[in-house]
Amino acid sequence: MIGAAVLFLVGAAAYASFYIAPEERTMRVIQRIFYFHAASAWAGMTAFSICFVANLLYVWRRDEKWDSLGVSSAEVGLAFITVVLITGPIWAKPAWGIYWTWDARLTSTFVLWLLYISYLLLRTLIEEPDRRALLSALFGIFAFIDVPIVFGAIRWWRTQHPAPVIMGGPGSGLEPTMRKVFFFSVLALHALMVFLIAERYRLEKLRTDLELVRRELEAT
Amino acid sequence: MKSLDSVFAAYIVGWAVFFVFYLTVARRTSSLREELDRLKNSLNRGK
Repeated sequence: MIGAAVLFLVGAAAYASFYIAPEERTMRVIQRIFYFHAASAWAGMTAFSICFVANLLYVWRRDEKWDSLGVSSAEVGLAFITVVLITGPIWAKPAWGIYWTWDARLTSTFVLWLLYISYLLLRTLIEEPDRRALLSALFGIFAFIDVPIVFGAIRWWRTQHPAPVIMGGPGSGLEPTMRKVFFFSVLALHALMVFLIAERYRLEKLRTDLELVRRELEAT
Repeated sequence: MKSLDSVFAAYIVGWAVFFVFYLTVARRTSSLREELDRLKNSLNRGK
Protein backbone atom coordinates (compact mmCIF):
# COMPACT_ATOMS: atom_id res chain seq x y z
CA MET A 1 0.00 0.00 0.00
CA ILE A 2 2.76 2.46 1.00
CA GLY A 3 4.83 1.23 -1.94
CA ALA A 4 1.93 1.94 -4.31
CA ALA A 5 1.50 5.45 -2.86
CA VAL A 6 5.22 6.17 -3.32
CA LEU A 7 5.08 4.82 -6.89
CA PHE A 8 2.09 7.09 -7.61
CA LEU A 9 3.96 10.12 -6.19
CA VAL A 10 7.11 9.55 -8.24
CA GLY A 11 5.00 8.88 -11.35
CA ALA A 12 3.12 12.13 -10.77
CA ALA A 13 6.42 13.98 -10.30
CA ALA A 14 7.75 12.59 -13.61
CA TYR A 15 4.47 13.62 -15.33
CA ALA A 16 4.73 17.14 -13.88
CA SER A 17 8.37 17.42 -15.00
CA PHE A 18 7.44 16.54 -18.59
CA TYR A 19 3.98 18.10 -19.02
CA ILE A 20 3.40 20.79 -16.38
CA ALA A 21 6.77 22.52 -15.99
CA PRO A 22 7.29 25.13 -18.72
CA GLU A 23 10.19 24.76 -21.14
CA GLU A 24 13.32 26.65 -20.12
CA ARG A 25 14.42 29.31 -22.68
CA THR A 26 18.14 28.53 -23.03
CA MET A 27 18.44 24.77 -22.63
CA ARG A 28 14.95 23.90 -23.88
CA VAL A 29 13.76 20.31 -23.31
CA ILE A 30 17.02 18.94 -21.82
CA GLN A 31 16.51 21.16 -18.74
CA ARG A 32 13.70 18.77 -17.68
CA ILE A 33 16.38 16.43 -16.33
CA PHE A 34 16.86 19.06 -13.58
CA TYR A 35 13.69 17.97 -11.71
CA PHE A 36 14.99 14.39 -11.42
CA HIS A 37 18.71 15.13 -11.11
CA ALA A 38 18.56 17.87 -8.45
CA ALA A 39 15.71 16.24 -6.49
CA SER A 40 17.69 12.95 -6.38
CA ALA A 41 20.71 14.90 -5.09
CA TRP A 42 18.61 16.47 -2.31
CA ALA A 43 17.18 13.08 -1.32
CA GLY A 44 20.66 11.51 -1.37
CA MET A 45 22.04 14.26 0.88
CA THR A 46 19.13 13.77 3.30
CA ALA A 47 19.85 10.01 3.40
CA PHE A 48 23.52 10.73 4.21
CA SER A 49 22.41 13.20 6.90
CA ILE A 50 20.26 10.45 8.45
CA CYS A 51 23.30 8.14 8.27
CA PHE A 52 25.43 10.79 10.00
CA VAL A 53 22.93 11.24 12.86
CA ALA A 54 22.60 7.44 13.22
CA ASN A 55 26.42 7.11 13.32
CA LEU A 56 26.69 9.77 16.04
CA LEU A 57 23.92 8.07 18.04
CA TYR A 58 25.64 4.70 17.70
CA VAL A 59 28.95 6.09 19.01
CA TRP A 60 27.07 7.69 21.91
CA ARG A 61 24.58 4.94 22.81
CA ARG A 62 26.10 1.74 21.29
CA ASP A 63 22.60 0.57 20.37
CA GLU A 64 22.60 -1.70 17.28
CA LYS A 65 19.41 -0.11 15.89
CA TRP A 66 21.48 3.02 15.10
CA ASP A 67 24.02 0.86 13.28
CA SER A 68 21.18 -0.69 11.25
CA LEU A 69 19.78 2.74 10.41
CA GLY A 70 23.27 3.97 9.50
CA VAL A 71 23.99 1.21 6.98
CA SER A 72 20.43 1.35 5.57
CA SER A 73 20.56 5.09 4.91
CA ALA A 74 24.13 4.89 3.54
CA GLU A 75 23.08 2.29 0.94
CA VAL A 76 19.98 4.25 -0.06
CA GLY A 77 21.95 7.51 -0.22
CA LEU A 78 24.47 5.79 -2.45
CA ALA A 79 21.69 4.67 -4.83
CA PHE A 80 20.46 8.28 -5.08
CA ILE A 81 23.96 9.71 -5.64
CA THR A 82 24.55 7.02 -8.31
CA VAL A 83 21.47 8.38 -10.09
CA VAL A 84 22.87 11.92 -9.75
CA LEU A 85 26.21 10.82 -11.24
CA ILE A 86 24.43 9.12 -14.18
CA THR A 87 21.82 11.80 -14.98
CA GLY A 88 24.35 14.65 -14.60
CA PRO A 89 26.58 13.59 -17.52
CA ILE A 90 23.50 12.78 -19.68
CA TRP A 91 22.42 16.40 -19.11
CA ALA A 92 25.98 17.81 -19.40
CA LYS A 93 26.72 16.43 -22.88
CA PRO A 94 24.03 18.42 -24.77
CA ALA A 95 24.31 21.43 -22.42
CA TRP A 96 28.13 21.79 -22.12
CA GLY A 97 29.37 19.58 -24.97
CA ILE A 98 31.17 17.25 -22.53
CA TYR A 99 30.03 14.43 -20.26
CA TRP A 100 32.35 15.23 -17.37
CA THR A 101 34.77 17.79 -16.04
CA TRP A 102 36.75 17.77 -12.80
CA ASP A 103 35.19 20.92 -11.35
CA ALA A 104 34.55 21.39 -7.63
CA ARG A 105 30.90 20.25 -7.57
CA LEU A 106 31.36 17.19 -9.80
CA THR A 107 34.59 16.12 -8.11
CA SER A 108 33.25 16.53 -4.56
CA THR A 109 30.13 14.53 -5.52
CA PHE A 110 32.27 11.76 -7.01
CA VAL A 111 34.42 11.74 -3.84
CA LEU A 112 31.21 11.50 -1.78
CA TRP A 113 30.15 8.45 -3.80
CA LEU A 114 33.59 6.84 -3.26
CA LEU A 115 33.48 7.61 0.49
CA TYR A 116 30.14 5.82 0.98
CA ILE A 117 31.27 2.88 -1.18
CA SER A 118 34.27 2.69 1.20
CA TYR A 119 31.89 2.84 4.19
CA LEU A 120 30.01 -0.21 2.86
CA LEU A 121 33.23 -2.04 1.89
CA LEU A 122 34.66 -1.44 5.36
CA ARG A 123 31.64 -3.20 6.86
CA THR A 124 32.30 -6.31 4.78
CA LEU A 125 35.91 -6.49 6.06
CA ILE A 126 35.14 -6.63 9.81
CA GLU A 127 33.54 -9.81 11.19
CA GLU A 128 32.97 -8.89 14.82
CA PRO A 129 29.60 -7.01 14.94
CA ASP A 130 30.37 -4.44 17.68
CA ARG A 131 33.74 -3.56 16.22
CA ARG A 132 32.22 -3.33 12.71
CA ALA A 133 29.47 -1.03 13.96
CA LEU A 134 31.84 1.28 15.85
CA LEU A 135 34.50 1.58 13.13
CA SER A 136 31.95 2.12 10.38
CA ALA A 137 30.12 4.72 12.50
CA LEU A 138 33.40 6.61 12.99
CA PHE A 139 34.15 6.35 9.27
CA GLY A 140 30.59 7.50 8.45
CA ILE A 141 31.05 10.60 10.62
CA PHE A 142 34.26 11.36 8.72
CA ALA A 143 32.62 10.71 5.31
CA PHE A 144 29.83 13.19 6.08
CA ILE A 145 32.38 16.05 6.05
CA ASP A 146 32.07 15.97 2.23
CA VAL A 147 28.30 16.68 2.28
CA PRO A 148 28.64 20.40 3.18
CA ILE A 149 31.54 20.62 0.69
CA VAL A 150 29.25 19.31 -2.10
CA PHE A 151 26.56 21.80 -1.00
CA GLY A 152 28.99 24.73 -0.86
CA ALA A 153 31.08 23.89 -3.96
CA ILE A 154 28.90 25.92 -6.36
CA ARG A 155 28.67 28.79 -3.85
CA TRP A 156 32.34 29.04 -2.83
CA TRP A 157 34.05 28.42 -6.19
CA ARG A 158 33.39 29.32 -9.82
CA THR A 159 32.51 26.01 -11.43
CA GLN A 160 31.38 24.57 -14.75
CA HIS A 161 28.29 23.39 -12.87
CA PRO A 162 25.58 26.08 -12.84
CA ALA A 163 25.17 28.32 -9.78
CA PRO A 164 22.37 27.29 -7.38
CA VAL A 165 18.81 28.26 -8.31
CA ILE A 166 17.49 27.38 -4.83
CA MET A 167 19.08 29.08 -1.79
CA GLY A 168 21.46 30.79 -4.20
CA GLY A 169 21.06 34.32 -2.90
CA PRO A 170 20.00 37.45 -4.84
CA GLY A 171 19.53 36.94 -8.59
CA SER A 172 18.87 33.22 -8.29
CA GLY A 173 15.49 31.50 -8.36
CA LEU A 174 13.04 29.56 -10.46
CA GLU A 175 9.92 30.52 -12.40
CA PRO A 176 6.92 29.84 -10.03
CA THR A 177 5.58 26.76 -11.89
CA MET A 178 9.07 25.31 -12.23
CA ARG A 179 9.57 25.91 -8.50
CA LYS A 180 6.35 24.05 -7.64
CA VAL A 181 7.26 21.11 -9.90
CA PHE A 182 10.75 21.00 -8.42
CA PHE A 183 9.54 20.93 -4.82
CA PHE A 184 6.94 18.31 -5.72
CA SER A 185 9.76 16.18 -7.22
CA VAL A 186 11.81 16.73 -4.05
CA LEU A 187 8.82 15.54 -1.98
CA ALA A 188 8.27 12.46 -4.20
CA LEU A 189 11.93 11.43 -4.14
CA HIS A 190 12.12 11.95 -0.37
CA ALA A 191 9.08 9.65 -0.02
CA LEU A 192 10.93 7.07 -2.15
CA MET A 193 14.07 7.53 -0.03
CA VAL A 194 12.16 6.97 3.24
CA PHE A 195 10.40 3.91 1.76
CA LEU A 196 13.71 2.38 0.60
CA ILE A 197 15.40 3.06 3.97
CA ALA A 198 12.47 1.38 5.77
CA GLU A 199 12.75 -1.68 3.48
CA ARG A 200 16.53 -1.82 3.90
CA TYR A 201 16.20 -1.39 7.70
CA ARG A 202 13.83 -4.37 7.81
CA LEU A 203 16.49 -6.44 6.04
CA GLU A 204 19.14 -5.37 8.57
CA LYS A 205 16.78 -6.25 11.46
CA LEU A 206 16.31 -9.74 9.99
CA ARG A 207 20.09 -10.11 9.73
CA THR A 208 20.43 -9.26 13.44
CA ASP A 209 17.67 -11.74 14.37
CA LEU A 210 19.39 -14.41 12.27
CA GLU A 211 22.68 -13.75 14.09
CA LEU A 212 20.92 -14.20 17.46
CA VAL A 213 19.29 -17.50 16.43
CA ARG A 214 22.65 -18.75 15.08
CA ARG A 215 24.33 -17.95 18.41
CA GLU A 216 21.51 -19.69 20.28
CA LEU A 217 21.90 -22.76 18.05
CA GLU A 218 25.66 -22.82 18.60
CA ALA A 219 25.10 -22.64 22.37
CA THR A 220 22.72 -25.64 22.41
CA MET B 1 14.62 15.51 -30.65
CA LYS B 2 18.03 14.23 -29.64
CA SER B 3 17.68 16.21 -26.39
CA LEU B 4 14.32 14.58 -25.69
CA ASP B 5 16.02 11.18 -26.08
CA SER B 6 18.58 12.26 -23.49
CA VAL B 7 15.81 13.31 -21.07
CA PHE B 8 14.07 9.94 -21.48
CA ALA B 9 17.42 8.12 -21.12
CA ALA B 10 18.16 9.98 -17.86
CA TYR B 11 14.75 9.13 -16.37
CA ILE B 12 14.80 5.50 -17.51
CA VAL B 13 18.34 4.80 -16.30
CA GLY B 14 17.61 6.60 -13.02
CA TRP B 15 14.44 4.61 -12.36
CA ALA B 16 16.27 1.40 -13.31
CA VAL B 17 18.87 2.10 -10.58
CA PHE B 18 16.11 2.50 -7.95
CA PHE B 19 14.23 -0.54 -9.21
CA VAL B 20 17.31 -2.79 -9.21
CA PHE B 21 18.21 -1.54 -5.72
CA TYR B 22 14.70 -2.33 -4.47
CA LEU B 23 14.84 -5.79 -6.10
CA THR B 24 18.18 -6.64 -4.46
CA VAL B 25 16.82 -5.57 -1.05
CA ALA B 26 13.64 -7.64 -1.57
CA ARG B 27 15.64 -10.67 -2.70
CA ARG B 28 18.08 -10.45 0.23
CA THR B 29 15.14 -10.03 2.64
CA SER B 30 13.34 -13.09 1.32
CA SER B 31 16.45 -15.29 1.44
CA LEU B 32 17.24 -14.16 5.01
CA ARG B 33 13.63 -14.83 6.07
CA GLU B 34 13.85 -18.38 4.67
CA GLU B 35 17.15 -18.93 6.48
CA LEU B 36 15.71 -17.56 9.73
CA ASP B 37 12.64 -19.82 9.51
CA ARG B 38 14.86 -22.83 8.82
CA LEU B 39 17.10 -22.09 11.81
CA LYS B 40 14.13 -21.42 14.11
CA ASN B 41 12.64 -24.78 13.14
CA SER B 42 15.86 -26.60 13.89
CA LEU B 43 16.13 -24.72 17.19
CA ASN B 44 12.57 -25.76 18.13
CA ARG B 45 13.28 -29.38 17.17
CA GLY B 46 16.36 -29.33 19.40
CA LYS B 47 14.38 -28.17 22.47
